[in-house]
Order: sequence, then C-alpha cells, then structure tokens
Amino acid sequence: MSFKRDKKEEEDGNGNPFQNLEKTSVLQEARTFNETPVNAKKCIHILTKILYLINQGESLGTREATECFFAMTKLFQSKDLVLRRMVYLGIKELSTIAEDVIIVTSSLTKDMTGREDLYRAPAIRASFSITDPTMLQAVECYMKQCIVDRNPSVSSGALVSSLHLSSQSGAGDVVKRWANEAQEALNSDNIMVQYHALGLLNHIRRNDRLAVAKLVNKLIGQSMKSPYAVCYLIRIGSKIIEEDYANGTTTISDTHFLEFVESCLRHKSEMVIYEAAHAIVNLKRTSARELAPAVSILQLFCGSSKATLRFAAVRTMNKVAILYPAAVAAFNMDLEGLIADSNRSVATLAITTLLKTGTESSVERLMKQIATFVAEISDEFKVVVVQAIRTLCTKFPRKHSILMNFLSAMLREEGGLDYKTSIVDTIILIIEENPDAKESGLSHLCEFIEDCEHTSLAVRILHLLGKEGPHSKNPSKYIRFVYNRVILENATVRAAAVSAMAQFGASCPDLLNNVTVLLGRCQMDIDDEVRDRATYYLTILNSSNPSLWKNYISSNDQLVSLSLLEKTLKEHLNGALTETFDLSLVPKTAPTPTVTEDAHNDAMITTNSIQKTPRVTREEVNVERLLQIPGIQRLGPLHKSSPSVQLTESETEYTVSCIKHCFAQHVVLQFDCVNTLSDQLLENVRVDLLLPEGFIVRHVIPCAKLIYGEKESTYVILEYPGDVASSSATFGATLKFIVKDCDPTTGLPDSDEGYDDEYMLEDFEITVADQIQKTKLNNFVVAWDAADSEEWVELEDTYQLSAVNTLQDAVHTIIKFLGLGPANATEKVAEETHTHTLLCSGVFRGGAEVLLRAKLALADGVTMQLTVRSTDTEVAEIVSSAIG
Amino acid sequence: MGGLISYFRGLLGSREMRILILGLDGAGKTTILYRLQVGEVVTTIPTIGFNVEQVTYKNLKFQVWDLGGQTSIRPYWRCYYSNTDAIIYVVDSADKDRIGISKDELLYMLREEELAGAILLVLANKQDIEGCLSVAEVHQALGLDALKNRTFQIFKTSATKGEGLDQAMDWLSNVLQSKK
Repeated sequence: MSFKRDKKEEEDGNGNPFQNLEKTSVLQEARTFNETPVNAKKCIHILTKILYLINQGESLGTREATECFFAMTKLFQSKDLVLRRMVYLGIKELSTIAEDVIIVTSSLTKDMTGREDLYRAPAIRASFSITDPTMLQAVECYMKQCIVDRNPSVSSGALVSSLHLSSQSGAGDVVKRWANEAQEALNSDNIMVQYHALGLLNHIRRNDRLAVAKLVNKLIGQSMKSPYAVCYLIRIGSKIIEEDYANGTTTISDTHFLEFVESCLRHKSEMVIYEAAHAIVNLKRTSARELAPAVSILQLFCGSSKATLRFAAVRTMNKVAILYPAAVAAFNMDLEGLIADSNRSVATLAITTLLKTGTESSVERLMKQIATFVAEISDEFKVVVVQAIRTLCTKFPRKHSILMNFLSAMLREEGGLDYKTSIVDTIILIIEENPDAKESGLSHLCEFIEDCEHTSLAVRILHLLGKEGPHSKNPSKYIRFVYNRVILENATVRAAAVSAMAQFGASCPDLLNNVTVLLGRCQMDIDDEVRDRATYYLTILNSSNPSLWKNYISSNDQLVSLSLLEKTLKEHLNGALTETFDLSLVPKTAPTPTVTEDAHNDAMITTNSIQKTPRVTREEVNVERLLQIPGIQRLGPLHKSSPSVQLTESETEYTVSCIKHCFAQHVVLQFDCVNTLSDQLLENVRVDLLLPEGFIVRHVIPCAKLIYGEKESTYVILEYPGDVASSSATFGATLKFIVKDCDPTTGLPDSDEGYDDEYMLEDFEITVADQIQKTKLNNFVVAWDAADSEEWVELEDTYQLSAVNTLQDAVHTIIKFLGLGPANATEKVAEETHTHTLLCSGVFRGGAEVLLRAKLALADGVTMQLTVRSTDTEVAEIVSSAIG
Repeated sequence: MGGLISYFRGLLGSREMRILILGLDGAGKTTILYRLQVGEVVTTIPTIGFNVEQVTYKNLKFQVWDLGGQTSIRPYWRCYYSNTDAIIYVVDSADKDRIGISKDELLYMLREEELAGAILLVLANKQDIEGCLSVAEVHQALGLDALKNRTFQIFKTSATKGEGLDQAMDWLSNVLQSKK
C-alpha cells in the first residue's frame, strides 16, 4: 500500500514525462523493435513506457501482449547491456499475459549460463517467470550451482526465483531438493543473500512446524549479519510463539524465542529494533512486563529525526491503542507533539491514536485540532480519521452531537467515493446505535443527498430514510427531501426515492393521501423501473389493506437470499424446464457479512485492500454443493448451516470436519475429509454414527474416492425426532473406508485389492443453536409487545450462571448457546454497570419465531431472568432449557 | 569509377545481413551456427525458442537467427521472417523417415510473401553418417527441381567435421554481395 503524497503535489504532477501516455500509441511504437539494426536508445525508451503503463495498472489484451512480446524478442540481437536488461524486465511483466512465452527459453538459458554477470541474475529471474514446473528438471543442476554462486546478485536471483517457483503446484518437491544449497547460501556474507536464503528455507519447511522451530533455534544462536534476515527471523519466531499460544501450549523454545526477540530490542540496526518492538507489541501473550521496553522503544522512535521511524512507531502505537490503551496512554504527551508534525501522515496517525486512547473530555480539543488540517490530507487518511471517529462514537455516545457536526462538515467537503462512503457508514452506525442521534443524523444525510454525486450513496441513504423516517417525530419533513430526488436525479435514484416514499405511505396513515398523490405523479416518469415501482406501490397503498402494506412494503424481511436465488434461477433455466420453479427451495439464509471484523481492522491500514475482494461465502459454496445431492429438494429450503467443527486433531492421518445443515425436519451432516497420507488411496469413505434415540438415518452418501491431499465430502441425512425436546443430542462417529496402498508420486493404487479400516472420530453435538437462524429485528420492542398475544407462548425463569464472571461473558455465552441475533445493540455491555438486558431473536427450524429477553444482574456470579416468547410451545421450552 | 563505388560500398555496406537458419529439430542448426561463429563444435541442447548471434565471414557481417525446429516451435518461425536476406535450410541427410516433413515445411515456408526475396541455401547435413542420402537424393527428395524464381544452391556438409561449410558460405557471401 502506498501512502500517496499530499494532494496538491499529486495534482501538479511535477512534469512526469510519462503522464499522458496512450496505450495504443505506445504499442504502435513498439513496432520499432522489429527494425534492423536495432536502435538501442530508442527501444529502451519505448520499453520504459510499456513498463510504466503496465505498472500504472493499464491492462493489455492477450493479443496485444503477445505481439509486443514477440517484437521484444527481436531485441535479443542487440548487444546493448541496458537494453538487454530492460528486455528481461519486459519478459517478466508480459510473461503472465502473453502467449507462447517459451520462445525466449533458449536465449535466456544462454544468458543465464553465460559469462556476463550483469546478465546472469536478471536472466535467471526472467527465465523463471516463463518456466513451468515440467521444464524444471532440465535446469535443476544449474540452479543448484547458481544458489551458491559467488556473485551475490546471481545467488539472490536464484533464491528468490526458487521461492516464487515453489508456490506453483508441482514445483514444490523439486525446490525442496535445493535445501542444502540454500543452507549454504545462508552463510553468505551478503546481507541480501542471507535474507533470501532464510526466506527460501522457511518456505520449504513451512508445513513442518518442528523443522521451522529447529531452524529458528539454530539461527538464533548464530547471530546473523543481515538485519533483513534478523527481521525475518523475528517474524518466523513470533509466528511460532503465536501459534503455540493459540493452541494453548507453550514450549521451552517459545520462551527461548521470546528472549531472542527481546534481545533484538538492543540490536544495532534500527530496522531490527523496530521489528522486535512491533513483534512484542503484537503478540497476544505479551505481558505488561514485556510490553514496557517495547513501548519505550517506540516512544524513542517517535522523537526520531527520520520521518519513516516516526511513522512506523506511530502506526504501531495506533494499532496497539485498542489492545493496551494504558500502555499507550503513557506517552500521550509524545503523541500530542507529533500532531504538529510536518509529515501529515504521521500527524494523522498520531491524532487518531490519541482519539482511541483519549478520554471523553479531550475529544472536543482533539476534534478542533483535526479540523485545522483535515483539508490538507489525502483521502486515504481522511478515511482513517473517519474510522477513528467511528470508534469514538461507540465509546462516547454522549459526544454524538460534536462528532456528528464534524462528520457533516466533512461530508460537505470535496472527496472521493470511498471517503464519502466511510462517512455515511459512520453516520448510519451512529443512528443505529444511538437513538438520540437519529434525528440529527437523518437530517444531515438529507442535506447530503441534496447535493450528492454518488448514485450508490444516494440510493443507500434513501433506503435508510424510508426505513427510519416514518418512525421519526416529524415524518413529513423527510418527504420533501425524498421527493426532490424524484424531480432532480437520475433513474436509479428516482426509483429508490419512489420506494422510500411508499414506506412513508405504508407506515404513516396521515401522510397516505399526500404520498399517493406524489406516487401518482411518478407514474408519468420516463424510466420503466420508476414507473413500475410507482404503479406497484400505488396499487398496494390504494388497496386499503394494512396487512398487504406490512408484507409488501414496510416489512424488511428479505424473502430469499438474492445471490442464491440468482444461482438457482440460472440452474433452473439451464435445466429441462419440465418442472415449475419452486421459490421455497431457495434458502432464506442471506449470508450476512461480518461487520465486527471491520471495526477490529480499522487501525490496520495495510489490510484494507485485501478485504474488499468480493468473496463467495462459505455458506454459498456449501449450499451449492448441497443442492447437487439428488432428492435434496424434498427436504424443503435450507434453514441454517452451522460453522464447521473439527472431529479430529489437526495433524492426524485423516482430518475430518463436520458442517451441520439444518432443514425443517431433517439435518444433513456434511463431513469434509482430507487424507494426509500420500501412500494411501481411500475408497467408499463414509461416517458411521451412533445415533441417540429418536433420530433416523434417511440416507448416506459415501465419498467414492479420497485422494491424498484433496478435500472431499460425504453426507449423512438424518430425520429429527418427532418431539423437539430430544432434538439436541450428542452423536458418536466413526470414519469407515477401504484402504488401497498406492504410489505416492502418481497416486495410482498398487493393486485393486484394498482392506476395510476405520478411524475413531470425536463426538459431536447438535445443539439448539444449530437449529436456530438468527434474525435481525430493527425494532425489537415493537415485536416483543406484539408477541404478547394468544398465538405466542411465554416462558419465564430465573437462573444462576455460575460459569461466567462478567456480564459481557454472560451475554456472549447466551448468544453462542442459542444462536440468536442480538437486537438494539444489546450485545454490548456498558462498562461498570451491574445490570444489563439482552434482547435477541431468531427463527427455529420449521418457522417458529423466538424472541428472548434476558435480564442480567451481577452479584457473586451472574443471575439471569430469562423470558422466552415463541410461536411454538416446544420450541420455547427447548430454548429456555438450553441455557440452564 | 566502379572500383570507387565498390570501395564506398565496402565502407557503408556494413549493414548486417539477416540470415535465418531453419530446419527440423535435430538437423544441426545450432551446431552450424556456433561452428560459424566460434569455429568449434559446441555441445548443444534442443533449442526452445531461438539463438541469435553475430557471425563475421570474410569481412562480411551476418546476423544469424537459429530458430528451434521442434514441432511446437515451428509455428513461430514466421514471426521472424521480415527483413530476411537469406535462409539456410538444414536437412538431416540421415533422417530418411522425416525428409518428407522437411520438404513440406520448406515449401510451406517459401510460400510466405515476406521471404519472397530471400536467397535459399540448403545444407544436406550429417554427410559423415554412413548410409545417408547423397546431395542429389536430398535435392530430389525436397523437390528443389520445381523451385522457380529463387536464387538457391544445395551443398553437402558435416557440421561436426566442419566439411562443406566454407564452400556454402562462400557461395552465400558472393550471392549476397552481388545482389546489393
């Protein structure tokens, strides 16, 4: 991630000669490569342009790239040193896009093996970008020599290329054979070679924890020369410590590693010192005693004359501020000094750190300080500031008016979509968490959409207005803002505005007439979607049937998961089309993105970009596979899939994990099996269950073949017992299969005969949580009061929770045990209180709704008064008994 | 006057001649290239792609491209056809089975417009191996009789022994010089 320069600097561009390059014209110029004799100077310039374009993110098509690549190969005729090295770079960049890149193999091999040192290292690197693992054998012997070559750049090149190569499939085993050479390179005098050798060695052994630990142990004793290698060693070491800690084991070597990391705080290289401090601060097991020297190092760095050190220190402190506020608070003074730092990046991080550690009283002062320079920093940092404000809002709800004003001021300023989105997110979060802030937040947002160039944001805000506006004190005031959009904006926004208005009509009877008039006007719109929506809503609103209004307008429940609906529809269209499409087959479980993760990561600026990649959720992948089971449709829609549970230790011969897919009357157990023995092929793999009373096995789908290293699934379909009370139970499980010995390299069985074998798995449970899909109610209190009717059952009891000591723990336990979704942000317990009320809701399999209120009080241990309301008696019973 | 012109031509005519060495895999192209360049037999491995070298023969500079002959690489020959002055087509005289393929590739190549003006030099290589085809037989097998509108000549050579290459190169340099 690059911290961009200040905005102003960015704009004037400093006369970058490559600024206005056009891809097509540069590719046109690349034809010069075909001319003879080669004009080296000109070609170097053109190659530079091409590389510049690619690195600016310009993408070349396969044909363009191939053409350019072949033209470039002609440049091998030139003896010009600089040109040749540019060609190597060009090969590396284009090798992934162009076709038939093997055409340069011979030329590169010649340069690799030649006498010219200036060619050898880059030729090795380029050569590996075009080599595929099948060609490795041919160069193996030569590579081994290169790794231990006297010339450091050749050695480094070979090491790094091997490292890249070993992550390709099929090459790993070959590279493993080079470990001895890498070991030798580790003793090199050159700091880079040493670093790269360590990198390769660690990579080769990465799957073998013991070997890595041994390597680190050995190297700790050797005091390596290269600061880079030492830094890397610290990272490997702390990773081992962290893993051991996560597994709950601490070995002697861990203590040893920790001592080493601590000793690195006194290293002569600043880089190593920083790395050690960073490692200590980030270790989960760090105690206050270990933390102190690391923090004081960072404190020292804050006063350094080098901007990079100040930046690194502040950034680390920023991260740590959440975990150890007390430790950071100790040097608030230093941080305050940095607010005025000439480097804006340092200043921003300093101030956001202060915001995290600050007290309620200092918020106002800090906000004023931010306001003075917020206009000068780039968008990325503004986002960091916004995120800091977001955490503040949750921490100090009472300060919302100051923060909200500040945010709305920021919203009015110039800025990109990311920046605006993060502000809007924050405001919405405040509105959701803090009822007092709702009115002012909504009006700020209304003001924002009056002049908002980002369609996506406008649509989002309109949706929010539709949801929240009708329940505010003065709904009519929002209608004006919404209707303005209908007059002024593009079709997408207009459509969203129409939907929002309909919400007002459905929820506020006194506004109904006005809304119908407005919607009537929308029927004249030039856009199809807008007209359709207007007509749809108008028809429903004119029906004067409030239950229709509720179900089709104001209800927020998503009927189905849209992404899954899309997939199922596509499959349906590709199918025979003999059966009618059944909507009820589509799972309702909308995979909810985890919001909590974001909040946790806000300080770690580095990881932001990775998170944005759209990922298919685990649920969707599994559901897709599940739907392929023939006859699965008969079970009805999928109710819930539970997270995967390990049924074996992680480092055993076979690893098995279980995912429970819950349907209305059935549960499908998906066992994901991995065979970690390369000399065995397993066939007819299935899981034998020891069933508790009441459960019936309906079907078993074995896995025909389990090849080494691949993950395959076998399924068992069970029917739940008739009475809900016995549906949570414990199962014994055994993995059964036929073993065939096979050749580890080819994976083919030695003979056709195998023998039966079995493998004990750990017991697992089907719990109440597995059968409950959480729901998120926007207005729990309304739902709760509405449930006080005859159709609902209420159970109430008081419990003494002995296992937990704090209210927060109790809340976590309840949510975990029941799988319910908390409402009104009641999952967070305010600090220093002795009572708390947790509200949550969910749907039991089969469709019975569950509402739960738990009043908690802290005395010696936690006392809980639990009230469950449900539409089904049995469900209410099992839920309330699950806690006890 | 004529002497003066050729004198200047000698000075200015240092433009490198561009020569392609083509032929099936294992015909001896790379061996010939390095025999011409350094005068020795070097051990070669199958060429995946190409080798390009500068060769000086009797004060004439050639830029020689030796393109790999494996089936998978032959399609790329055409990428290197433009501006070619001469083609050295190498045939393994001992490989009787594949001489037909060699002929097809040759004819296919000669049809290319970019090579219309290129001089063709065919080398019936590996003459040192016993039982190989003679020059006349190779001439016949390649169907060279049918070639019209093309300056060409065939020579028998043995790259490993260094026989015949000099005569071939003499002919080539003479033709290239007189053509200018």
